[in-house]
Amino acid sequence: MNKLTIAGKSFDSRLFLGTGKFGSIKEMTEAVLSSQTELVTMALKRVDFEAVSDDLINSLQHAGVNLLPNTSGARNAEEAVLAAQLAREALETNWVKLEIHPDPRYLLPDPVETLKATEILAGQGFVVMPYIHADPVLCKRLEDAGTSVVMPLAAPIGSNKGLRTADFLEIIIEQSKVPVIVDAGIGAPSHAARAMELGADAVLVNTAIAVSPDPVVMAAAFREAVLAGRMAFEAGLGSTYSSAIPSSPLTRFLLD
Amino acid sequence: MNTFNDILCRYNWEQIKERIYSTTAEQVRSSLNKTTKTLDDFLILLSPAAKSQLETMALMARTITRKRFGKTIQMYAPLYLSNECQNICTYCGFSMDNKIRRKTLRDEELIQEALVLKEMGVSHILLVSGEANRAVGIDYFLNAVQLLRPYFVHISIEVQPLNREDYQALHQVGVHSVLVYQETYHREVYRHYHPKGKKSNFEFRLDTPDRVGSAGIHKIGLGVLLGLEDWRVDSFFNALHIDYLQRTYWQTKYSVSFPRLRPAEGIIEPNFIMEDADLLQLICAYRIWNENLEISISTRENEKFRNHIISLGATSMSAASKTNPGGYAVDKTSLEQFETCDERSMEEVKSQIRKAGYEPVMKDWDSCF
Repeated sequence: MNKLTIAGKSFDSRLFLGTGKFGSIKEMTEAVLSSQTELVTMALKRVDFEAVSDDLINSLQHAGVNLLPNTSGARNAEEAVLAAQLAREALETNWVKLEIHPDPRYLLPDPVETLKATEILAGQGFVVMPYIHADPVLCKRLEDAGTSVVMPLAAPIGSNKGLRTADFLEIIIEQSKVPVIVDAGIGAPSHAARAMELGADAVLVNTAIAVSPDPVVMAAAFREAVLAGRMAFEAGLGSTYSSAIPSSPLTRFLLD
Repeated sequence: MNTFNDILCRYNWEQIKERIYSTTAEQVRSSLNKTTKTLDDFLILLSPAAKSQLETMALMARTITRKRFGKTIQMYAPLYLSNECQNICTYCGFSMDNKIRRKTLRDEELIQEALVLKEMGVSHILLVSGEANRAVGIDYFLNAVQLLRPYFVHISIEVQPLNREDYQALHQVGVHSVLVYQETYHREVYRHYHPKGKKSNFEFRLDTPDRVGSAGIHKIGLGVLLGLEDWRVDSFFNALHIDYLQRTYWQTKYSVSFPRLRPAEGIIEPNFIMEDADLLQLICAYRIWNENLEISISTRENEKFRNHIISLGATSMSAASKTNPGGYAVDKTSLEQFETCDERSMEEVKSQIRKAGYEPVMKDWDSCF
């Protein structure tokens, strides 16, 4: 299968994991290993910058994954930019997942502030990975602003509702020049497989694994689903029709 | 535009009480099966009829909380700044007419208290005081917050109702949340328990969350003092208040606490006793109605209850709390506002949380926000 490339970095695994909501750092680390992911997100607000070493970061570094700090907590572009700069300094990475959700009920992303922050951060040399609604126009605007990927949501964070935005994800995937990572709302491996079959470059999953009764097994299930979905996409899925079609109904007369 | 007071005036306490107490088992089942829950459903889940479904409610509360918040509990500790008070609240140890030794922490004392809390690993603190605008007013609070900011990433306050400009100033210096409990939404009973001082003004207190929300503060904490009036009816109005605030200040987070009347120096017995089963029902009802509400359980509650509530709806808990100014270091014998019931250390409580399969989170904010 083809590797995924983001900002010059290659990935074998197209499953990314969020590290929030787990019952313990140990459980989280085991799930990360089981998923074989190569990139995990982590909320900056959870990182203890004062400690000599932060437990969360240590565990993830031992697991050998790339760390992607997210700006969860930021309500506007200014706060997100500050958070990204803090992350770059403290964690020595210029990759940042932009999460700006001023609405604490559904944690829906603010498109205006996200676009603004992307422009600023891309200008400062960051690899910007913005979490957004599945808005095809916004995706193109973000491309123009210098984003490295787009991360449209499938459904509200934590809802486990699957690809509620499927129609728009298809449009985004069709039109995109940058990798499309479906993020938020993926509740089951079948959702992840479907996202990959549609042509998404990767998926990000957090809640569905973290609060599963068996996160390690669930992480493995997602690993398989993402593989299956991607393999099917690369092999070329058959089109679907609403009625059965005999071999050559309209043109058989030419052979008579 | 309607204020919350306008909305509250449209409701009749006795009618709400009647609706709650006449709720049927069938209505409870129907509410539990709905995908979207309204305030009417919350009312139904508060009823005596809902008690027989408590096990179902607990399972729902657990599942919903896990999905929304994960298997985590945010830890915090209170830091009492002062027990000065200009109100008479007939249930409180700090009441103006209680002949107690008054204490307000000076700068160097604040730092000493902070250092003890830092030693415990505390990152989120709740600054509490009595209500004494002259001795302990906005200038004192601004100074205290600025002094403590370098030590704690997340500062909440629970002090007297202030003006909008005061809340704006507190927001600027980094206060994250403001907690203000209406105590009771029953106007006449409120007057009876708060006969003197600025707190006797029901409407001013009622409007406080609006002033907080319009000042841009990140989170507003509400609650009623369980035991002053019928907890079911008071909680309905509490939820009505939260509902109004959520629609009005859509960028703000909300939390609810459950102060149950406990013994304190010189008070009267509560009129309405709330059993542990009632409190569990209330917590579950809140969670089922409102998936995003933060639910805070303090050391007012006993060990056994707190151990079980970890996985049944709680999202934040205090531990090793001292409810007297100077209680951690400088003045351990000053008067407590109330007796704590769970006196375990921070490490003991964290260990219990881990035993429940949850992670105790000490830091969940950053000063860059």
